Amino acid sequence: MKRRSILKLAAAVAVAGTLAAPVAAQETLKIGAVAPKTGPLAGGAVVTYWPNVQLWAHDVNERGGLDVGGTKYMIEIIEYDDQTNPAETIKAVQRLMTQDGADFVLPPYSTGLNLAAAPIYQQFGLPMVTSTATTDQIEDLSQQFPNIFITLGGSKPITQSLAGVLSEIRDNGDIGNRIAMVNVADAFGIELAEAARPAFEEAGFEIVYDTSYPLGTQDLSPVVKGAKESNPDAFIAFSYPPDTFGLTEQAMIEGLNTKVFFTAVATAFPAYAGAFGDAANGVMGIGGVNQADPDFQEYAARHEEVTGNKPDYWASAMVYSSFQVLEKAIEGTGSLDKAAIVQYIKDNAFDTVIGELDFDENNNNSSFWTVGQWQDGQFKGIASTGREGAVDPILKDGWE
Amino acid sequence: MDIIITGLLLGGTYALIAIGLNLQYGMARIMNLANGELLVAGGFAAFWFYTAGQVSPLLTIFVVAPLAFVANWLIYVVVLRPLVKRAKNRGQLEVDSILTTFGISFISVGLMLAVFGGNYFKYSYLATPVEIFGATYGSNRVTAFVVAAIISAVLLLWLHLSRTGMAIRAISVAPNSARLVGINVPQLAAIAFALGGAVTAVGGSVVSTFLTLDASTGVIFTLKALIIVIMGGVGDVRGTIIAALLLGILETFVARVIDPGLTLAAAYLVFVLILLFRPQGLFGQAQT
Repeated sequence: MKRRSILKLAAAVAVAGTLAAPVAAQETLKIGAVAPKTGPLAGGAVVTYWPNVQLWAHDVNERGGLDVGGTKYMIEIIEYDDQTNPAETIKAVQRLMTQDGADFVLPPYSTGLNLAAAPIYQQFGLPMVTSTATTDQIEDLSQQFPNIFITLGGSKPITQSLAGVLSEIRDNGDIGNRIAMVNVADAFGIELAEAARPAFEEAGFEIVYDTSYPLGTQDLSPVVKGAKESNPDAFIAFSYPPDTFGLTEQAMIEGLNTKVFFTAVATAFPAYAGAFGDAANGVMGIGGVNQADPDFQEYAARHEEVTGNKPDYWASAMVYSSFQVLEKAIEGTGSLDKAAIVQYIKDNAFDTVIGELDFDENNNNSSFWTVGQWQDGQFKGIASTGREGAVDPILKDGWE
Repeated sequence: MDIIITGLLLGGTYALIAIGLNLQYGMARIMNLANGELLVAGGFAAFWFYTAGQVSPLLTIFVVAPLAFVANWLIYVVVLRPLVKRAKNRGQLEVDSILTTFGISFISVGLMLAVFGGNYFKYSYLATPVEIFGATYGSNRVTAFVVAAIISAVLLLWLHLSRTGMAIRAISVAPNSARLVGINVPQLAAIAFALGGAVTAVGGSVVSTFLTLDASTGVIFTLKALIIVIMGGVGDVRGTIIAALLLGILETFVARVIDPGLTLAAAYLVFVLILLFRPQGLFGQAQT
């Protein structure tokens, strides 16, 4: 009996020994990502957000992982579909931080969902470098939520920029001063329209047609017919993806041949040129990129190679850049201390695929692309609030 | 004049969306909340065939229709018929079918997402102007109207002139009595449901030529179809067609003459008024 119990003891020690032996474990960092995969904004998130999450994790892990004070951490992404519902976004963040053991959570997609989730990111002390939120309220926001950073700009600078582009074309004598303006009756469209009216009027334009239409309108021909009847020189639409496509197609059918044609979200999607081909030449849209920048070209090539899709030409590069900011801040502080990382982001400038990202005292990035245009099959940035590489606009010449 | 023609074209689109639901709700007594997803699936099929092989959507519908018919027939027989057998009265069947088809709609969205991805899809087919009485309209919308007219005509003729059609109308009017005269209600209900599904999927293929769809847009169409079916009167395809045309003209009128932002408000206002003053719809039978 004694021998048996000694054998048992020896066996137990041996097993305990193998378990306790240091395994060559790879450290992993769990990073959550919450965005629409279903619901009204799924179409946008699938183009702009999710491929960049995949690409960023791939790029970091290819390099051997994040270097946090000497230890290499591989990135593991935990994805959640928030169904374009802010309540689901908040629930998912909650779950990631309390149940899934996530170390960080990437910010959500779209202005609405980012603003709704800001309190809970603040509660967990998470650095929140947003890349798809367009808002003018950054001063108030950063007072209330010191961890939030805005990179994509606000309605006022975007509409000022647009007014500037139009003024330049008008002062060259290429167009008159009649603008037909329409907007989708959703927070995004309404905010932009409200910022645009004073901007256009101050620049000396006359708004000859001004109307809104509900999101999801199936027939936009009354809107386009009304716009055409007002005999405008420029057609501006603050639209969302379904109506961006719908308005463009209607304009082609009705023969609305203004020299300036602007639609908002989704104009910068590769699918826009895919749907309209050569007819898209000269169409202006919200956003823009510096197509000639080698950093962007290399990013775009990698994006297509790793995810199978092209990036869009507005927010995609900003989304990836915002992830790069997080990555460099973690490596720069050498720790996983969230407060230290937030401070690091405030104090430093970052070199990213979109160029340099630097935040002012209100956590705002003040240089972003505002207006782009399809020229010869490429969507190029024509106006920005301080980015390099803007090209001259061209006039739209019919719909051929 | 321009308003009337645009309105009629829009009405044709609405008819394509709503007739299928009327067949399923009015005749098979299933309030199919997955109707919109079926429409999107038809649209996906057309998009896929067009972008992969340049096959015109007008040909794709001949593939989509039988496939949708079979799929819907299977759904009815496997998932919905047990509910019908179990229901003690119509109210309970409606509640059960609403809950079940609601679930089916989520499953459908998930499946479409897995197969097609969450992207918007849009293609340009027949996006050329055609002139009617001096104003321009999209050829794709005119084609949709023609298809809607053909489908409506064929359906109406079949329902009113053929024996099976008459039997289906019988089960929509008086399901209990229909059994008494030897009509095989379960089998015909399945056929009506499957037919409704086929019509909706064909409608989806046709409207995808001028609407931008993605996996999640089905619910918008279900809502529109629902108000048209209820406005026109459940159980009568003529009512759906008239209601669809009237709604199209009303929305176009409001958009052109008043304000495009008020189209939804106007549509739902009319819906509420009809429910208040004629709850059975334009062509429906008054509930005794």
